[in-house]
Amino acid sequence: MIPPFNGLEFGIVVAMFAVVTVLGFMATRWNRTTSLASVEEWGLGGRRFGTVVSWFLIGGDLYTAYTFVAVPALLFGVGATGFFAVPYTIAVFPLVMFPAARMWSVCHEHGYATAADFVRGRHGSALLALLVAITGIAATIPYIALQLTGIKAVLEVMGIGGDWPLWIAFAALAAYTWTSGLRAPALIAFVKDILIYIMVLVAVIYIPYKLGGYNVIFDRAQSTLTSQGLGTLLTGSQYLGYSTLALGSALALFLYPHAVTGVLATRSRTVVKKNMSLLPAYSLMLGFIALLGYMAIAAHVTPVGGTAKAPDTTTIVPVLFNSQFPHWFAGVAFGAITIGALVPAAIMGISAANTFARDIYRPYFRPRASDREESLVSQIVSVILKLGAVGVIVALKLSFAIELQLIGGVIVIQILPPLVLGLYTRWYHRWALAAGWVVGMGLSVYMLYITPSKTSAHFGSASFAFSSWGFDTKMTIWTGIIGVLANLIVATALTPLLRRLPQGQDETSPADYEEAEAPPMPLEPGRAPRVT
Amino acid sequence: MRTRTPSRRRHPIVLLLLLPLVAVLVPEFYNFAHPSIGGMPFFYWWQLLWVAGVAVCTGIVYLATRSPR
Repeated sequence: MIPPFNGLEFGIVVAMFAVVTVLGFMATRWNRTTSLASVEEWGLGGRRFGTVVSWFLIGGDLYTAYTFVAVPALLFGVGATGFFAVPYTIAVFPLVMFPAARMWSVCHEHGYATAADFVRGRHGSALLALLVAITGIAATIPYIALQLTGIKAVLEVMGIGGDWPLWIAFAALAAYTWTSGLRAPALIAFVKDILIYIMVLVAVIYIPYKLGGYNVIFDRAQSTLTSQGLGTLLTGSQYLGYSTLALGSALALFLYPHAVTGVLATRSRTVVKKNMSLLPAYSLMLGFIALLGYMAIAAHVTPVGGTAKAPDTTTIVPVLFNSQFPHWFAGVAFGAITIGALVPAAIMGISAANTFARDIYRPYFRPRASDREESLVSQIVSVILKLGAVGVIVALKLSFAIELQLIGGVIVIQILPPLVLGLYTRWYHRWALAAGWVVGMGLSVYMLYITPSKTSAHFGSASFAFSSWGFDTKMTIWTGIIGVLANLIVATALTPLLRRLPQGQDETSPADYEEAEAPPMPLEPGRAPRVT
Repeated sequence: MRTRTPSRRRHPIVLLLLLPLVAVLVPEFYNFAHPSIGGMPFFYWWQLLWVAGVAVCTGIVYLATRSPR
């Protein structure tokens, strides 16, 4: 059933989209002292963002539109387990605080722009850097595609069935990202996040008020979920799955290229550390957004689209807004979700493209490429990734993309040993780390392959059931934890055996990891960010 | 000119970072319906409360370990 076309809502969304597009093009002039023709400037905004801009940029980058539609959809569909997003986005900050600060310092000192740049410099291994680059890009592509599901859910609820708005939205996004680079999403993130905060504040007060309070919401959610064999509390066999999903997702989050880009674009190590105590504000918002899933149950929301067997539950938040809010405010909220998809999609496109240009194109195809050429390659790849993402969403079934996203975290956590352990120690041998990656990745992909979902036999979920290996238990565990443990065991066991083989050259020194502040003067124009 | 922080021992206050991890990653501590607040089960408000808790803990650690100007 497709709902009737709503002109007022659509008009508001189009107007907001137009404002943001103008902002995106204007961003090219923002806080700029030199030409944009380098990865430093185009892809990292000149590494000059302060505390406030970084808060909006990293927040807008990590808490994506997909989060706003998928997390409530999860509570709507499976109950308490879906709330894992809250412990996940709590645990990430204490875990990441010090590694991120060290990462910022060493990358600033050596002009590294990506995780793979650092791995090559630290371990002296082009192979390891290539593995890290490919892992990051592979995990990011489905994530970009997934941002579109947020927009698509909104469009469906507004009564627009076709794919043409997606092409227009991403073409505009590709155009201003081309001209402005990372500055575009940084500027748009202000608008996006202020809108989202207003939307959430109104939603968590006004909707419970209309439905009769949180009492009614939780009571109705509990009785509806109980009738499906679920509930608003965890069962004993869900504990391990819940905490490993939260912990694993937290460990994986800052390994994604777009998160690394957000950290490296800041002005100083202090900005990074300070933001670890300011960013949780977004987690509070996410927690309340998650509860929209129960509000949707209490309001008897029916998802739009999908099939009878697998309804498209990502539409429940737009449907809820449509049924509870006046149309003009629903339009504003839909605009916020749409813009909320563009910011992370832009950053993901830029960071995956930077990784390709710096760590695949330059070392393997054109070792003598100039900074200008490198940044041009990055711009082109960024456009291809965005339009490719639309193509993927249009061509494939939507549910397939969501499964790919679940897999993204399981894949990206495999770069934890070379990257995060590398920030602290050079004990590991580069080939042992590469072998660990191969074993960990292989095991993870195999475990994902044998995990079915309701609608498919393979790659169904990132929660691995121990019963698949013949254990008589209902317990599950986040697949990536097993994979990364296997990776660590192999890397640790092989390192002493490989000691006699040639070690990689480490171009960093211990003091590089403690470096505190940016130089007071911006980098001089044309200075080459050195990759050796 | 770059300023470098002198190499120093980890401040013991860094251990404060473990508190929010234990508080939210062990469901045995909070998987209860009661006591509820305003209709929200303990499971939910406990975890939401720790959002503020983690901000306070990381904030204290930031202030205690920031580099001298």
